Amino acid sequence: MNTISRIKKGFYFDSVTLMRVGRELSGLPGVSEASVVMASDANKAILDMSKLLLPEIEKASDQDLAIVVRAKDKKTAEEAMAKAEELLNNRKKPNGSACATAPSPRDIASAVEALPGANLALISIAGRYAAREAQRALTAGLNVMLFSDNVSVEAEAALKKEAHRRGLIVMGPDCGTAIINGVPLAFANVVPRGPIGVVGASGTGLQEVTCIIANEGSGISQAIGTGGRDIKDAVGGISFLDAMEALAADPETKVLLLVAKPPQPGVLKKIRALMRKVEKPVVALLLGEGGPPATLEQAAWMALAHAAGQDPGEVAARLEQRDAALREEARQIVAKRKQATGRYLRGLFSGGTFCAEAQVVLHGVLRQIYSNAPLGDSKKLKNAWKPEKNALVDLGEDEFTVGRAHPMIDFTLRNKMLEEQAALPETAVLLLDVVLGYGANPDPVAELAPVIRKAARKVFVVAGMTGTDGDPQNRNQVVEALKAAGAHVKLTNAAASLLAGYIADEMAHKPR
Amino acid sequence: MSLQELLHSPLRVVNLGIESFKDTCEAFSPPAIQVDWRPPAEVSPESEAILSKRAARIERANQKALEIILSGTPKLVGLDIARNVIPGMRENLILHSGPPITWERMSGPTRGGIMAGLVYEGRAATIEEAEALAASGEIEYAPCHEHATVGPMAGIVTPSMPVMIIQNETYGNLAYCTLNEGLGKVLRYGAFGEEVNTRLKWMENTLYPVLKAAVARTGPIDLKNMIAQALHMGDEVHNRNRAGTSLFYRAIAPAIVETCESKADAVAVLTFINGNDHFFLNLSMPACKATLDAARNIKGSSIVVAMCRNGTDFGVQLAGTGNEWFTAPAEVPDALYFAGFSKADANPDIGDSAITETGGLGGFAIAAAPAIVQFVGGHAADALRYTYEMYEITAAESRMYQIPALDFRGTPTGIDVRKVVERNRVPVIDTGVAHKKAGVGQVGAGIVSAPMGPFAKAYDALARSLQ
Repeated sequence: MNTISRIKKGFYFDSVTLMRVGRELSGLPGVSEASVVMASDANKAILDMSKLLLPEIEKASDQDLAIVVRAKDKKTAEEAMAKAEELLNNRKKPNGSACATAPSPRDIASAVEALPGANLALISIAGRYAAREAQRALTAGLNVMLFSDNVSVEAEAALKKEAHRRGLIVMGPDCGTAIINGVPLAFANVVPRGPIGVVGASGTGLQEVTCIIANEGSGISQAIGTGGRDIKDAVGGISFLDAMEALAADPETKVLLLVAKPPQPGVLKKIRALMRKVEKPVVALLLGEGGPPATLEQAAWMALAHAAGQDPGEVAARLEQRDAALREEARQIVAKRKQATGRYLRGLFSGGTFCAEAQVVLHGVLRQIYSNAPLGDSKKLKNAWKPEKNALVDLGEDEFTVGRAHPMIDFTLRNKMLEEQAALPETAVLLLDVVLGYGANPDPVAELAPVIRKAARKVFVVAGMTGTDGDPQNRNQVVEALKAAGAHVKLTNAAASLLAGYIADEMAHKPR
Repeated sequence: MSLQELLHSPLRVVNLGIESFKDTCEAFSPPAIQVDWRPPAEVSPESEAILSKRAARIERANQKALEIILSGTPKLVGLDIARNVIPGMRENLILHSGPPITWERMSGPTRGGIMAGLVYEGRAATIEEAEALAASGEIEYAPCHEHATVGPMAGIVTPSMPVMIIQNETYGNLAYCTLNEGLGKVLRYGAFGEEVNTRLKWMENTLYPVLKAAVARTGPIDLKNMIAQALHMGDEVHNRNRAGTSLFYRAIAPAIVETCESKADAVAVLTFINGNDHFFLNLSMPACKATLDAARNIKGSSIVVAMCRNGTDFGVQLAGTGNEWFTAPAEVPDALYFAGFSKADANPDIGDSAITETGGLGGFAIAAAPAIVQFVGGHAADALRYTYEMYEITAAESRMYQIPALDFRGTPTGIDVRKVVERNRVPVIDTGVAHKKAGVGQVGAGIVSAPMGPFAKAYDALARSLQ
């Protein structure tokens, strides 16, 4: 052991600063004890107790600063002494600002105090705590968007009843998207304001129709999500109906557009009854129920026609023309690639509604359609990890998401499956959805382009793009980059699905 | 705001969870606010349901309790000997800090203080004799808090000790506290021996009569006013009492000179007070005690009226649950230690001085005391942050005690046990640290967080009382 000291004459530091420096020194490796004190009689007595009172400290006065270090060897002690000088010098400099901003509030009640005019709580904490916080938000007079999932259906019904009683709305649980007063909430796109008000019990469905509306040059008044379970009888469509009423009464909203998978009968009856009462055009897409509208795209176009004062009946004819053009495009694509083999379509979707819409679109085009989330005539995949025939896989289903981030954010799993499917000789065409906007992957090109480039050497790749040119990812750049990588890109999921279906059909009938 | 109104108002989002969602809201419709949410402390869902259902009633009870706490006016009205004035004081009773505890479970400093007290009382000639007597069962022990008293650190009060008498003028109730011995080898840190005993005797024979006569001359000294001034002068009146002591000195010195017949005694007393920066602690503590005691026994109130530690357990009492104690093991402070000492030497948290935090001072008012911010991280901003955070668990702001750096905002006052539990944030206490062995004394100082246990138990008990 080696004990050394240093006296600094006429230095003053308050005792607490010195204790902190002393503590930092004592924590250095090899240092057993260290003390940095003013050499007062009281401090000398304390040093004496610890056998640190070297003669030169004994001689020092209470105007002097004493540094003493005991360490395993002389070198370590000298290093600690140098450190002491450094620490003390740093203490002399002004260190940060004395201004502290008030810390974030710890719960909704104090947040409401801190934010005058607060009117909506956006909740994305773990599901087991989410209902309780939603209840507190309602008590504080806030509307609620509940992004969290894993909230019981009982809790959901109770929250929504309470909200209804208070004239508030609960969007969700598991509500991924909404646009309120032009503000994109959670996973949402940048869409101009306009005449169409949307109520959606399907997150990606709501994103898709709002993007189509924006891309056609119109806009939306509001897009209110409800969460998929709202339209089950256990919840009774409380939020869906309240949102419809609100938009019916909203002077900015000229047309209502409803997007959902088919509701349970009790709720459907109520929605239909309310639709008859609304004195504005209402376009209702119940995906999988037939149509018109049968697809998100068709529903959006019909709403656009209403808003523009045109006959929505003409949409069907326009779609027929468009479909014919896609058929021709598919023919040319296939004709250009002599070496292509395979006969089946493999769709890998990050959005469940896109997987459903693709099935609706493809039922008239392809046979033997399989899915892990089958709709209509589709058959259930025996193993979602092993697609067969013409397969449309929803990667947002539980078998894929347990213990993993949602595929809309984390592309790893889908990229791996894309590579696998591209390598199979039976595969003719890969279909995927790419969702832009807030909340989505901020740089989809970086992750997708290499995978597409590799796959496009063996199979056709078709991508449906959901996004607007206002989105933070810069949609046009994303489209161009994916095209350059070899993908055929369409700006709606329906068009992309149809093109992919036609390509698969062309390939299946290609003479071999 | 109803859904209808929402659609025609600027969106103002309160965001709980994924922070990027708030950033987007802020970009499109500022301002938005992020809640620093964390899972709540574990309490039974039944308790939570009851307290939520009875919220209006609790609120009414709390308003009553808070009004009492905010309007209390503690004044130093005199001094006397413990046995003459402390309710229930008797010859074989020794008071200690914190919640109730038996000799077997007492920590080193508490035992050391008791042994020193028995020697001081003449009940034992040596420390060994004192220890045997203390353990014999002949001596009774009780918390200061149950006798309208508070004591710093070990908090030992024996029948012959002089005490200061503080009256809450608004509500008439009294509180008591011994005189502060200063630093070094002192009984309150569990030290004993010749030096300790000599000082205690001097305090009884010189300090006490001189001060008693002087206070009789000045009349009641308004401690509330003095604490308010001390906060403006850089004290938080728990770990820093330099300004408070100076103010008290100014108030008492002329009366001492006037009333003390012996010049030597006057000089000794004035020198003693002048040389002891913590003299005022033994006034700020009973001032808070007198203020908070008036708010006891208000059924349904979730306001904390006592936080204290006996070196083994940390105890909490609520306005709404009578004399019931809620306890959990006291924690060893993560403090700054004097040279030659470390956390391994430290006793778990000890003393009734957390009554200052309970009263909205101490750690809760540390933003007023930039001189000691080294205890809380080194920057003045750290001290502000601690005080800001305490607003999250309190129900009111002091009308009298203000913090200059927060534009004279009142200190966070009246801990609401519901907020502590539901927001999962415990009070911070700005404290001294005793050596775990009897007789050694103070080894450090710093900030310590209260354990959640007593608050969770108090939460459940309040729920049971409202079932």
